[in-house]
Amino acid sequence: MIWVSVVIQGVLLGAVYALFACGLSLMFGVMRIINLAHGDIAVVGAYLVWVVATRAGVSPFVAMVAVVPVMLVAGYGLHLALLRRSLAGGPLVPLLTTFGLAIVIQNVLQQVFSPDVRSLGAAAGRVTTASWRLTGELAISWFGIATLAMAVLLLGGLALFLRHTGLGREMRATAQDPDAAQLVGIDARAVYARATAVAVATAALAGAFLAIRSTFEPTSGPTQLIFAFEAVVIGGTGSLWGTLVGGIILGIAQTVGGHIDPQYSLLGGHLVFLAVLASPRGKTLAARTSRP
Amino acid sequence: MTDAGTGAATLLAVEGLEARHGLLPAVRGVSLAVAEGERLALVGANGAGKTTLLRAIAGAHPVTAGAIRFAGADVTRLPAHRRVGLGIALVPEGRRLFPDMTVVENLLVAGRHGRPGPWTVDAVLDAFPLLRPLRHRRAAALSGGEQQATAIGRALMTNPRLLLLDEVSLGLAPRAVDAVYESLAHLAGATVILVEQDLGRGLAIADRVVCLLEGRIVLEGAAAALSREQVTEAYFGLVPRAP
Repeated sequence: MIWVSVVIQGVLLGAVYALFACGLSLMFGVMRIINLAHGDIAVVGAYLVWVVATRAGVSPFVAMVAVVPVMLVAGYGLHLALLRRSLAGGPLVPLLTTFGLAIVIQNVLQQVFSPDVRSLGAAAGRVTTASWRLTGELAISWFGIATLAMAVLLLGGLALFLRHTGLGREMRATAQDPDAAQLVGIDARAVYARATAVAVATAALAGAFLAIRSTFEPTSGPTQLIFAFEAVVIGGTGSLWGTLVGGIILGIAQTVGGHIDPQYSLLGGHLVFLAVLASPRGKTLAARTSRP
Repeated sequence: MTDAGTGAATLLAVEGLEARHGLLPAVRGVSLAVAEGERLALVGANGAGKTTLLRAIAGAHPVTAGAIRFAGADVTRLPAHRRVGLGIALVPEGRRLFPDMTVVENLLVAGRHGRPGPWTVDAVLDAFPLLRPLRHRRAAALSGGEQQATAIGRALMTNPRLLLLDEVSLGLAPRAVDAVYESLAHLAGATVILVEQDLGRGLAIADRVVCLLEGRIVLEGAAAALSREQVTEAYFGLVPRAP
């Protein structure tokens, strides 16, 4: 029974990773950009939610509704101001640009908010502590279920959007062949900017969920980036459903590892990630990445 | 400039066009005009600049000098996706379909930014009946001929006034080439610029032929008035080049 509990907690933890990985997967799938500032953008989202929640005295969930549109606009601007020019410089330049952006964000956050550790857990109220106790050893937290529902809604919704809407088809077409996309009237730059906007907004959501679930500080980003990256690779790049599954597998690997011995928690996740890289699937991943 | 002899309005006028690949000039001072409804065949050896000229007209290759006027407007600096909205559609060499999308998705994605007009998914499937049973198949899983039909259909979905066809028969089985050309015959009244390696096919379908050699026009004339030998000589650069 304890193992059932471990796996369920893993699924709920994995939902957080899937939320983080969503935007990373989208940007890599559409533009072949690995956004090294993704975790830090999520932390910016967490701080914005914190500011809105404390200044306006509202629940963090209400604050998220206000922050998401702001981050959509910020993402669009980020693409036009930075990424668009970087992309013109070849595949390595966006990597360097986002690496630099990550450092800038971390330092600005330290300057503005101090290095104090914060949490939105208390502000979110009873939802963070309440749980359903199914048996003596098995309890499922409300917030864990809310996170899982959000992850399924977000990744599933985006996957359906890409498959069934005109804008989604444009995004897929541009991802597969940007040159040919322009020849059928698609403004590839606008598509890229839209994808970045969605990615940044989902990162902000992920950051807020992390901040409610545990704690955050200006330098929380890189760790979350690693987990998100592992989730994308485990799930297979280019598929949002795969990213959801990848996040959950990573979460289970960490809780199972952590149950064996608390210091094996992160190791469990890294081992699954390395196993996927070493498998035949890892080879197809490398092939996909090098596709022009 | 135009010797189509139909008296129709000039749809496309290219003046002194230059385009390069890096430092290598691919198109050197090409001027030509295409009248509404005319079918122009561009012929020439590999590397003569045909594809580059076509891509420059479509906006997919940067122009270093010269001007492109389409329907009276200067489009020289307009990006490719905006030219599609004006009515220029290129069927690129190698077809360049979106491989992980179905035939219908390939058509739908092209229909969003073109001009309003008669071409819809159903109209394309009627014009290329071979695609109807395959319409939900991924483009990558189609044969070369089926892909070419989809690529032409995708260009038609933008309801172009000018259709640019680059090497539509390249890499196809002879029977597939027949099918593609048969379907092109349906597009009566369309203005077409066609790049074709196969001289016979080019001369048969076109009203006028322009022969390129090393980026310059070396021969131009009505298809009916030119003999195969004249074109062949120009093709290989055996005639004295016009100054």
